Amino acid sequence: MADAKKTRLGKWTRRGLITAGVVTGGALVVGVAIRPGHRAPKLRDVVADADEALLNLWVKIGADNRTTAIVPHAEMGQGVHTALAQMLADELDADWNLVDVQEAPAHAEYANHNLAKGFLFGDAEIPHALVGTVDGVVLKLTQAMDLQVTGGSLSVRATGLHGMRVAGAAAREMLAKAAAADWKVPARELVLKNSHVSHDASGRTAAYADFASAAAQFAPSSKPKLKDPGAFTVIGTSAKRLDIPAKVDGSAAFGIDAQLPDLKTATIRGCPVFGGRVAAVDEAAARRLPGVERIVNLGDAVAVVADGYWHAHRGLAALDIEWSTDGREALDQAGIFAQFDGALARAEIEDDGDVEVDRGDCEAALVAASSRLEGEYRVPYLAHAAMEPMNCTAWLHDGVCEIWTGTQNPLGARAAAAEAIRFEPENVIVHNAYLGGAFGRRSVHDYVVQAARVAEATKAPTKLVWSREEDIAQDKYRPAVTSRFRGGLDDDGHPVVWTNLYVDKHEPAEAPRIPYAIANQRIASMPSPTHVPFGVWRAVDHSQHAFFTESFIDELAVLANRDPYRFRRDLLVDKPRHRKVLDTAANTAGWGTAPGPGRGRGIALHESFGSIVAEVVEARVDAGKVRVERVVCAVDAGYAVNPDGLVAQMESGIVYGLTAALYGEISLEQGRVKQSNFHDYPMLRIDEMPQVETVIVDSGGPLGGAGEPGTPPLAPALANAIHDAIGVRIRELPISKHNLNV
Amino acid sequence: MAEVTINGVARHLAADPDMPLLWAIREELGLTGTKFGCGIAQCGACTVHLDGVAVRSCTTPLRAAAGRSVTTIEGLQAGDGRHPVQQAWIDEQVPQCGYCQSGQIMSAAALLARIPAPTDNDIDAAMRGNICRCGTYSRIRRAIKRAAGEGRSNG
Repeated sequence: MADAKKTRLGKWTRRGLITAGVVTGGALVVGVAIRPGHRAPKLRDVVADADEALLNLWVKIGADNRTTAIVPHAEMGQGVHTALAQMLADELDADWNLVDVQEAPAHAEYANHNLAKGFLFGDAEIPHALVGTVDGVVLKLTQAMDLQVTGGSLSVRATGLHGMRVAGAAAREMLAKAAAADWKVPARELVLKNSHVSHDASGRTAAYADFASAAAQFAPSSKPKLKDPGAFTVIGTSAKRLDIPAKVDGSAAFGIDAQLPDLKTATIRGCPVFGGRVAAVDEAAARRLPGVERIVNLGDAVAVVADGYWHAHRGLAALDIEWSTDGREALDQAGIFAQFDGALARAEIEDDGDVEVDRGDCEAALVAASSRLEGEYRVPYLAHAAMEPMNCTAWLHDGVCEIWTGTQNPLGARAAAAEAIRFEPENVIVHNAYLGGAFGRRSVHDYVVQAARVAEATKAPTKLVWSREEDIAQDKYRPAVTSRFRGGLDDDGHPVVWTNLYVDKHEPAEAPRIPYAIANQRIASMPSPTHVPFGVWRAVDHSQHAFFTESFIDELAVLANRDPYRFRRDLLVDKPRHRKVLDTAANTAGWGTAPGPGRGRGIALHESFGSIVAEVVEARVDAGKVRVERVVCAVDAGYAVNPDGLVAQMESGIVYGLTAALYGEISLEQGRVKQSNFHDYPMLRIDEMPQVETVIVDSGGPLGGAGEPGTPPLAPALANAIHDAIGVRIRELPISKHNLNV
Repeated sequence: MAEVTINGVARHLAADPDMPLLWAIREELGLTGTKFGCGIAQCGACTVHLDGVAVRSCTTPLRAAAGRSVTTIEGLQAGDGRHPVQQAWIDEQVPQCGYCQSGQIMSAAALLARIPAPTDNDIDAAMRGNICRCGTYSRIRRAIKRAAGEGRSNG
């Protein structure tokens, strides 16, 4: 392969390190440390040696015969706690009704190695042989600051496959050994099922809990035998989600629901021009309002602390803040796109750029091609707009800072808060709650840092709650991108050349790659930074690049006068999984039949986070208004751990992608974000919801992600459907910008 | 200040009568199942029932609730059992992050109280004020129809 660079998702090895012990009350605890070739550079440094390992999770079998998994992942709606529990329960042969999942609580304790030992093992004796191991793995966790990140659609793929299943299988083996020793029967005669051990010949049955203490005396196997997929009883079933009952009666606690005695509430305004500072604050009017207790100037933001949100909100509205913006207010959206155009032009003239793929001779192939096409695409900035506005409660007391929030990265949040208030990280305790949506937004810690600093000033427990307007104005946006293509066909209409030049490469670098066998390919990027803060947004760079690449391949199909599905299919050489997914989507959608008057059908295929997804969109364009009537989705995520959960994530990703494609636009005006709330940053609503049909293609390939891969194909499939319906090619999102009244 | 019946119990709320009902419920009464989403009645996360009608508590001043009856998600269930809408939400596995779902459920319960067998158009009209960023709309529609069916078979 002639690719200049190759981004590799490291292989996770099952050769993990397993430790075990017994805690007070006789509960068996099994810990699994996995040795990942982790893609995060920080982790690679920590696990440099072959024998080094990272603590990943702990499983406890209690005296009540309940099994609890303590996992390092946040539940933000993706169903990860349930999927992980299924993987554990299956290997352990546990009774599904006796399995609980708990997010590693109070992360300072979990991550600090002395405290972690205390938390996990209580005052119990750790078998001497294990002491060094336990110290070692827990210490490694402390160093590996980003292990607890939930993102990259990795939880099930890494923690589940290499942690939960291994822990379950190891615990099962130890329980069987303990039962065999106690009953003086061969282990092979035992049946382990539904959290009980039984021995038919002697008619004995006992709960796992009865052997928990004894089991802990056996050294866990370093390679417990995992089940073959054919033997799964819980994995692969649509087990009901464990978190749902609490989410229908108001009892599920999100970060914003933290309650403490004498709690103050703050709200905040950051400088609306990114990078600006507070020049002056006139507090007089705000101070006269009821309930307003304190105004805290953080330098780049001002917070009003009151006896409740309403009073804080009114106080903030009454503040007169003068900002120092140092010329940054000159930036607007047209200027940003002009800057991108300049960067791309320079790259073209000077043959410059960061080359990701360089195969064959594109320039010669373009000259030789019998027909050529150019296309330029644009996408705007996007906000995440999670339903729960950013919030964090902090309380500095007795030498510690306690934090209650919802974060995708508790250890990162801890480190950021500690640095901001000059604490040692071990003195910051993060209590993570359910996340009211995240989509990448809660992987950064700006709101946590603000809360810690405000609480430092109030010297009281203080809950910082952002308004929706602040959430829209102070996001870390999905980057705006301009992407240019050139393509060429030979005499037979086969594509022979593909060049792609775009601004600002982020993660993952493979996002603009295509699965199609085109001999000459060049994919390169040019940096063109602005001061607009950017972040990860569901599917990260895949969502922009799938729109670009899957639109342009469609344009080439139209140029070749070929059916867009058949055109793609013929280019999927040695890609049987991609082909099957594409075929499944097309066949399910009835591709080839007439879509009906005024309607069009579009298809798109994109792989991200290890999963391959094809979507077919059927849309109607009526008096310029686009109505998406049906979306058919085919997904190959390797193996569906929870099929209904995978379907739910596809539905979710499709709605997220559809909302963005139709309406999503954050634009800069005078250096600040023009949009402010749901009236001018609209969301898809129930009356616009298409019929969505998801078909799971279980290829048995490596486990892929679920939370993100449903999003990228939606926008190009829709744009292609609009072209099919009315002949208009959408090259810039959102679609609502375009006059489609043709 | 206002006298308001909350979930069947007469309460004396000392807060500023201009304060949105949402904050009185969440902060003064500690009933945190009702959520803050936008503050301008655009998302529906704060939906409660005021004398049985779904309203956005983020823009309903406390004074407007004086002398009236408010039901929040915590007061929806009948006796010790779940409201049919809550059960249907579990059966259809509706929630993902769950943050908007209190509001969705309150809107759906008010709809079914008014129209026991709603059409798709009825559902659209009653539910379009409730945003779900996780995109659970198909399941919401199915759950409403399921709850409507069970309501009829029980009634």
